[in-house]
Amino acid sequence: MALRAEGETTNKAEGTERAAARGPRAGRPGRVLAVETADVEFVGITKAFHELTAVDDLNLKVEAGEFFSLLGPSGCGKTTSLRMLGGFEEPTTGRILLGGQDVTYLPPYRRDVNTVFQSYALFPHLNVFENVAFGLRRQRFDRTEIRRRVGEILEIVDLPNYEKRQSSQLSGGQQQRVALARALVNEPKVLLLDEPMSALDAKLRRQMQIELKRIQAQVGITFLYVTHDQEEAMTMSNRLAVMWHGRIEGMGSPKDVYDNPTTEFVASFLGASNLLPGTIESKSSDVVSVAVEGGVTVHVPPARLPDLGDSRAVKVGVRPEKIGIAEVSSTVPDGYNSIHGRVVVSTFTGVGNQYIVETPLGVTVTVYAQNIGRQWAPRSGDEVILTWPVEHTFTVKPLPTSVEINETEGD
Amino acid sequence: MSALETAAPSHTTRRRWGRVLLPVYSWLVIAYLVFPIVIMIIYSFNKTIGSMQLVSFTWNGFTGQWYRQWSDVPGLTQAFWLSIRLGLTSTLISTVLGTMLAMALVRYRPPRFRGKSIFEQVLFLNIAAPEIVLGASLLGMFVSLNIGRGFLTLVLSHVMFSIAYVTVTVRARLAGFDRSLEEAAYDLGANPWTTFVRVTLPLIMPGVLAGALMAFALSIDDFVTSNFLSGASAPFPVWVYGVTRVGIPPQVFVFGTGIFAVGIGLAITSIVIARKKV
Repeated sequence: MALRAEGETTNKAEGTERAAARGPRAGRPGRVLAVETADVEFVGITKAFHELTAVDDLNLKVEAGEFFSLLGPSGCGKTTSLRMLGGFEEPTTGRILLGGQDVTYLPPYRRDVNTVFQSYALFPHLNVFENVAFGLRRQRFDRTEIRRRVGEILEIVDLPNYEKRQSSQLSGGQQQRVALARALVNEPKVLLLDEPMSALDAKLRRQMQIELKRIQAQVGITFLYVTHDQEEAMTMSNRLAVMWHGRIEGMGSPKDVYDNPTTEFVASFLGASNLLPGTIESKSSDVVSVAVEGGVTVHVPPARLPDLGDSRAVKVGVRPEKIGIAEVSSTVPDGYNSIHGRVVVSTFTGVGNQYIVETPLGVTVTVYAQNIGRQWAPRSGDEVILTWPVEHTFTVKPLPTSVEINETEGD
Repeated sequence: MSALETAAPSHTTRRRWGRVLLPVYSWLVIAYLVFPIVIMIIYSFNKTIGSMQLVSFTWNGFTGQWYRQWSDVPGLTQAFWLSIRLGLTSTLISTVLGTMLAMALVRYRPPRFRGKSIFEQVLFLNIAAPEIVLGASLLGMFVSLNIGRGFLTLVLSHVMFSIAYVTVTVRARLAGFDRSLEEAAYDLGANPWTTFVRVTLPLIMPGVLAGALMAFALSIDDFVTSNFLSGASAPFPVWVYGVTRVGIPPQVFVFGTGIFAVGIGLAITSIVIARKKV
């Protein structure tokens, strides 16, 4: 209760004082803003719509200045989480802290966050200048200050001299930049981005990803980014959380989550994984042996073992690009796992070769070999041996068989 | 190839006919609609014969006298200003209420807005019900409630029959409204009132204005309801109807021409504004 009362004093007017206190130089590019205080915390957030639980006991902390992504298929609760932070939805239970203050029940116009909407939501009756100035006008800045700040932010998003344009005269990419400028110009504690790239074509999207990283580095504001595109999330984020059915399935730096997936969902949603069902045979301090169904034993570092409870059933995983493919006669080096197989499909993708290898285990394994022009390239029908280092082997808790991961879920 | 060549002439012939017929037809329709008004405008410049200054439909010669003496019939001038006041007041009230009602109907559903379907039925009834029934029942109600007939009863009844038209027009405009625009306004620090004034209202303004114009037009030429409810002072249409039994003073045509000119002016303005925006 005490926290909530405190939270209610955080309004946009206070934001004005804060902004004004920084003085005329505060708006300069390259500054670092309010690093000490700004962070986001979801504490036990649950959101239920009638029967459906969109977000289920979400606990999440975003550090100041971070580029944090919520990644997951549509309907996983990522947008709902973002909307709760924006103030457009109220959680059923739990608290949301913004810079240490409880904002759970504050209306959107009294929170120091700004949103870039999926549809951009530019005001069609206002020109670019008035769109960007909208937030500043609400904070009652004087005219020259508004003019200066709008000009500056349009410079940052690379749209100088676009003030007089109507939003209907802008291309999709330009509209997105205006939406970004309109949110950033208020210098919020956190910028929320709700799938802002989904309306752009692939080329423009990649360009904007780099742009967005640059802008974030330049303004130093915390970005909370929602996307269903795993590549996008990995490219841009300092840290990300993979969400599924309203829960966080994995969280950490992109490399960490990619290399050490802790659940079957993360392993298959974030990049591709070969998952082999098996049973734990023995555990020692430096190696775990897993008997894979079909009669092969695979070694796994003990650190890569998830919390399984009493169960011994696991899925052993390895990423396609971590597997080496070699002639069947070659020897397996120490510290490597190996499986025999036969190449069924070989696909050349330019940057590499993708092989689908049939194994006696009853599962097919995907192998990805980079096209660096040296290694032996098998053809369809060739007998091969697949090897990969033990340290690149992970295990995940198998999902109940009734649960299916539909990878096309995220459009 | 040959089929195309033989088909071509008949096609262009049909087109040529279309190019002639459509304008001819359009102008006939326009003439049909405008003819009575033209008669009125012409006879507003007609001289009268004898001491009774009443309109006669034989041409007695051109005069601008009635335009110079436009306010010489005290009852008429009074009735006209009453109509203007009545129109403006009822338009203002019905536009505000009708817009609010339209927003409620578009945005809220039964758990929060109980009786929404009843509201919609009443709106439809309001438009469909014969005015004579509305007028008679309103008169009955005011008499039984002992409310004297006058400006108040006129305003109440005009708001009542025009509110449905405003609601329908504004609702059509609101149907395609992107709610994320309002969320964006909240997000940028605008409270609900500022959001309404700065974002929602400007975007639905064409619908609101169209509704207001319709409400005003309905009010200014309403005869049936007003005839039941006007007390000592009658609005313009009721007054004109009253004097037709004796004879029409030419100033009636002057006012008629004036109202028509204002209407045309408004129509042209709206076209010009609409063109500028594109």
